[in-house]
Amino acid sequence: MEKTMEMGFIKTRLSNRLTVLVKEVHTAPVASFWIWYRVGSRNEHLGITGISHWVEHMLFKGTPTFPKGIAEKAIARDGGVFNGMTWYDFTTYFATLPADRIELALRIEADRMVNSLFDPDEIATERTVIISERQGAENNPEFLLSEELMAAAFRVHPYGTDTLGHMCDLETMTRDQLHAHYHTYYAPNNALAVAVGDFNTDEMLRLVERHFGTIPDGPDVPPVTAVEPPQRGERRVVFEGEGNVAYLQIVFRAPAIREPDFFALAVLDAILSGASGMTALGGGLTNKSSRLYKALVATELATGVSGSLIPTADPFVYSLSAIVRAEHTLAEVEEAMEAELARVVAESVTPEELAKAIKQAKAQFAYSSESVTGQAMWMGFSEIFADYTWFENYIANLSAVTVEDVQRVAQKHLKGSNRTVGWYVPNEH
Amino acid sequence: MSIPGPQDIVRRELNNGIVVLVRENHDSPSVVVGGYLPVGAYDERLEQAGLAAFTASVLMRGTTNRAFEQIYEELESVGASVSLGGGTHTTGFGAKSLVEDLPLVLDILADVLRRPTFPHDEVGKLRGEIITDLEERAHDTRRLASLTFHELAYPKEHPYAHSLIGYTETINMLSRDDLAEFYTGGYGPHGMVIVVVGAVETADALTQIEDVFGDWEGHNYERAPLPEVPRIVEIRERTVSIPGKTQSDIILGYPGPPRAAPDFLDAVVCNTVLGVFGLMGRLGEKVRDEQGLAYYSFSRVDGGPGPGPWRIVAGVNTANVERAVTGIRAEIRRMCEEPVDEEELEDNKAFITGSLPLRLETNEGVAQAIINMERYGLGLDYLQRYADLIGEITAERVQAVAQRWFDPDAYALAIAGPPAA
Repeated sequence: MEKTMEMGFIKTRLSNRLTVLVKEVHTAPVASFWIWYRVGSRNEHLGITGISHWVEHMLFKGTPTFPKGIAEKAIARDGGVFNGMTWYDFTTYFATLPADRIELALRIEADRMVNSLFDPDEIATERTVIISERQGAENNPEFLLSEELMAAAFRVHPYGTDTLGHMCDLETMTRDQLHAHYHTYYAPNNALAVAVGDFNTDEMLRLVERHFGTIPDGPDVPPVTAVEPPQRGERRVVFEGEGNVAYLQIVFRAPAIREPDFFALAVLDAILSGASGMTALGGGLTNKSSRLYKALVATELATGVSGSLIPTADPFVYSLSAIVRAEHTLAEVEEAMEAELARVVAESVTPEELAKAIKQAKAQFAYSSESVTGQAMWMGFSEIFADYTWFENYIANLSAVTVEDVQRVAQKHLKGSNRTVGWYVPNEH
Repeated sequence: MSIPGPQDIVRRELNNGIVVLVRENHDSPSVVVGGYLPVGAYDERLEQAGLAAFTASVLMRGTTNRAFEQIYEELESVGASVSLGGGTHTTGFGAKSLVEDLPLVLDILADVLRRPTFPHDEVGKLRGEIITDLEERAHDTRRLASLTFHELAYPKEHPYAHSLIGYTETINMLSRDDLAEFYTGGYGPHGMVIVVVGAVETADALTQIEDVFGDWEGHNYERAPLPEVPRIVEIRERTVSIPGKTQSDIILGYPGPPRAAPDFLDAVVCNTVLGVFGLMGRLGEKVRDEQGLAYYSFSRVDGGPGPGPWRIVAGVNTANVERAVTGIRAEIRRMCEEPVDEEELEDNKAFITGSLPLRLETNEGVAQAIINMERYGLGLDYLQRYADLIGEITAERVQAVAQRWFDPDAYALAIAGPPAA
């Protein structure tokens, strides 16, 4: 077992290639355990879209040791919380518990990594739940627009499809397909275990070895070979839907997390749309002093604007969205947004704006370190895409960004030929 | 870390009536401020629905010391936040910052609460934002189900029957002077509670608050008692139809016990069994899992100063609305007719007490717990007594509280979604 240690984290790898990250935090008598799999909608194709999300649901439907309902009851009885989520690049499961009960989470996760039942009756019942989840999302105009927009922005890479999947696939996917997906991707070599909390590191490493060490290493997972070709010109989507409010979304093709431009683009996003968009999982700050708020909301063209740069394994998009104010039009809001983007391309941002973006990030990191659940999530998230040190070096990397870098990435990425524009046109407007 | 209690929460009452509570936590370099003033939608007239919330929002839009842009430039430049929100009984506030920025955050909080200027153009901007939000609400199944549920469950004259953010007609009627007048009549220090939790010395926090709030004077509204809420004795059902939607949201429920009611914790245990425990309790198991009807299905008991709602919510395909309602009613009937078996009861109680450390992990969690202890007169040792209070709840008490507040054959039911096929 090799170990590296920096800033309190210990990273090791078991002989079955399970990566393990552990950190002691003694601020509260709680601990959080996460298991991450490198599988998500990125690993899907037409016919089985939404399969990773459905598999996630099936991991809550029982094993021989923990029949359906038993695991969540056991966690709850011990005072814990328990959930899972599926994203483009990963599927993750976590439990946060009083620290003296954390071993239960390891038992459950090790068990369901290999022993989930995929009972055909349970799959039949869950099909309607999964369809219902998709229908709930379809009630939201911004989801409907975003789904069309992403399909237009990506014509080759699976990032063009939402993790919920297409309705026709949800209606037709079989038990064999679901089980095969599980069997392919759920193995120690494709997983990452993260534990943060009020425990002794050596003891935790022993527990991880005890529960996960005997699970056999699996074959390497199939590589994702899709590469989105360069975009050659603007794309536009007009979605006509129910409602009385219009929404604008614009996405620009953007670098993956490991590419050098990512940090400069994160700073650019903070300057344009506020700190809430700097991280996929953080947030909570207002953005009323951001450039786009001033250009769109303070001028009364829109009632809200936001930006999002989501860290991903392969190149993704930088997205901007706005809610059109009642008496205004999509064209007006789009024009004002374009004018603001043109300004950041033409003129460099100020050193004060840069300093502000960095201070905001520092504050958000301090807030996120309050909870062991938050710390564990961040560590896992970073390790999935890059390395857990990506999290620890985040502020340093942001601080290294210069005003020239910001302008360079604005010029490179915010150009018209790199964008896809989406309009939600409401039928009652 | 010990459970917050009298040994580490300091409580001071300022001369003008503000109650300040401080708990230090030096584990992270941040600090949280939370609290409330006793002014809210309770104090507005029916034809002014939305006035209290509109007023709270506009306070952040300019003071005698700072223009709107300046308030947010100063806050966002240091990654801090201050927010205000008008509720029914109170107007709440919250703030978060790195500890070195606490003086700035408190200064801005005091500024917006004490010296708002209600700029004409900002009132207009905010009005437009509220109107657009109301237009979104008119096509949002969850929000419409909630609005409709409140109208069904409470008498027309009761504050709980009305929307906190108002209606297009009322928001359009409210003038800048209405907002300023509502502020002057009811914003004051008496009854205000401020809680500070984080990496600050208690004496320092108390001094900082005394400095910015100590000389504040102002009035409160006189309040008539809340109107009586009669028990629901029939089925009150209403469906709001929105063509073009794909799913229906359902709320079925009742006016519930106030937070200070002697059976409130019985209701918490009952509610946990019904729609919280594990993945959403019995409702999750029966309605979601066994019948596969819903993506979500859970229950919530609000408490609060008055008879806040106790409700079950679910999102289902429109074709399954009837089956889901039948399933929900069956679970309510079971709560009323059968005592919870001993093992299930013990599991639920273990969850409620065992998860306390998780809820107290962050500064926000601790601040919220302290606010509740102060607001409902629970005593600063409440969290330390909590396990005993839950521990003594029996299956008989759980059944009794269900019978007192539920009835499987008489309830308010709001449904919002596409027209039935």
